[in-house]
Amino acid sequence: MDFLTHLINGISLGSIYAIIALGYTMVYGIAKMLNFAHGDVIMIGSYVVFITVSTMGFPTILGIVIAMAICTVLGMTIEKVAYSPLRNATPLAVLITAIGVSYLLQNIALLVFGANPKSFKSVVPFEPLVLADGQLVITGVSIVAIITGVIIMVALTLFVNKTKAGCAMKAVSEDRGAAQLMGINVNGTISMTFAIGSALAAIAGVLLCSAYPTLTPYTGSMPGIKAFTAAVFGGIGSIPGAMIGGLLLGIIEILGKAYISSQLADAIVFAVLIIVLLVKPTGILGKPINEKV
Amino acid sequence: MAMLEIRDIEVYYGVIKAIKGISFDVNEGEVIALIGANGAGKTTILHTITGLLQPKKGTISFDGKDITKTPAHKIVSMGMAHVPEGRRVFSQLSVFENLKMGAYTRKDKAEIEESLAMVYSKFPRLEERKTQLAGTLSGGEQQMLAMGRALMSHPKIVLMDEPSMGLSPIFVEEIFKIIEEISASGTTVLLVEQNAKKALGIADRAYVLETGNIVLDGDATELMNNETVKKAYLGE
Repeated sequence: MDFLTHLINGISLGSIYAIIALGYTMVYGIAKMLNFAHGDVIMIGSYVVFITVSTMGFPTILGIVIAMAICTVLGMTIEKVAYSPLRNATPLAVLITAIGVSYLLQNIALLVFGANPKSFKSVVPFEPLVLADGQLVITGVSIVAIITGVIIMVALTLFVNKTKAGCAMKAVSEDRGAAQLMGINVNGTISMTFAIGSALAAIAGVLLCSAYPTLTPYTGSMPGIKAFTAAVFGGIGSIPGAMIGGLLLGIIEILGKAYISSQLADAIVFAVLIIVLLVKPTGILGKPINEKV
Repeated sequence: MAMLEIRDIEVYYGVIKAIKGISFDVNEGEVIALIGANGAGKTTILHTITGLLQPKKGTISFDGKDITKTPAHKIVSMGMAHVPEGRRVFSQLSVFENLKMGAYTRKDKAEIEESLAMVYSKFPRLEERKTQLAGTLSGGEQQMLAMGRALMSHPKIVLMDEPSMGLSPIFVEEIFKIIEEISASGTTVLLVEQNAKKALGIADRAYVLETGNIVLDGDATELMNNETVKKAYLGE
């Protein structure tokens, strides 16, 4: 029964990682860059919910919608101001810029919200689900995280595979030049990708802070790095890969904490990543890289 | 006034001047061939016309409108389609999805269906394989898909970059037959080819390119009998 509890907690954490990883992987697939500021967008989204819901007393749903809207605008602004001028720059320049944006967001949050941790009140009002005579307890946040994760994954998969805009995203991801020749606005598509990824980051932030209720300006960075790991683990650029990578990472982390060592849990997570990459350098669902000549 | 007017364009890759001040015209209904060796600048010219590259100097006008600075994604809806070198079909999308991307800028569903039926009748193989991923097609089929995809935008002019490259002789024959059909249906064609014999065979007029300059131009049949052309490009 213990194992089942841990497994469910792992799936729940994994769903949150998967939601964040989707943002990394989509942006990588379309814009061919690693947006290291993605984790900090999560943090901003969490602060927005904290302020609107806990401080100003807005209804939870309204607070989440506001957070999603603010993160969407933030993500698109970051892309427009920091990344789009570097469209033809070397990948290293873009990477360093992304790290710079990450620090910028953390320091702005430090300036505005202060360094003191805020105690985030869970947005999930449900009582824990108690099963099997109290041997199996599933928290409300876990259930909401898993359901949200499933909804987002299904919706995103349908969007990418069934809609014209999704098809255009795949086209841009594969060949930017040819996509332009079809009349697809590449800048618009990249902007849309950042918007979707950032809105998802806001949702992930709320779920994360509801499960682990301490909010600081650095809250986003560790989950951000882990979700990035999950995206690489599953095969960066691949949407199903990010989902699988996120879920596996969450499960490994929780089971590692429970059965091996809570101090070593993060080390185990990254060790698994290293092993996977040694065996399959492109990740679980990654496609072999074909260099064009 | 010609449908497509290129005036004194100069195109650079970094500091290297790839196109050194070229002018030419394509009139409505014509098949124009641009021939020349590797590195002469043929692909660069097509990329500059469709906006993937910007010229440093000169102007390009299409249907009387200056399109020199028009971004690539806006040009297709003006009636210009580009079949790029190396086909560049979207290998992760199905044949059908590739064709749909060709009609990306069009709104009228019935008209798109009409174009799709036209493309399928021209390339029955594409209909047979419509659910297959484009990456799994053979080279010749991918070329057909690239051409079909371009036709899906219902263009007034199609720019074709080396459509016969890397294809077996049977496919080369078929591709050139289809280019003639496209022209016969009223679409203007600007054709870039290394296979000069074939290109001159179907073209009305041609321009011969050498290291970024036009060195010869004229009637296609005339050029076919030109001694320089014969020696350099027709291997006679």
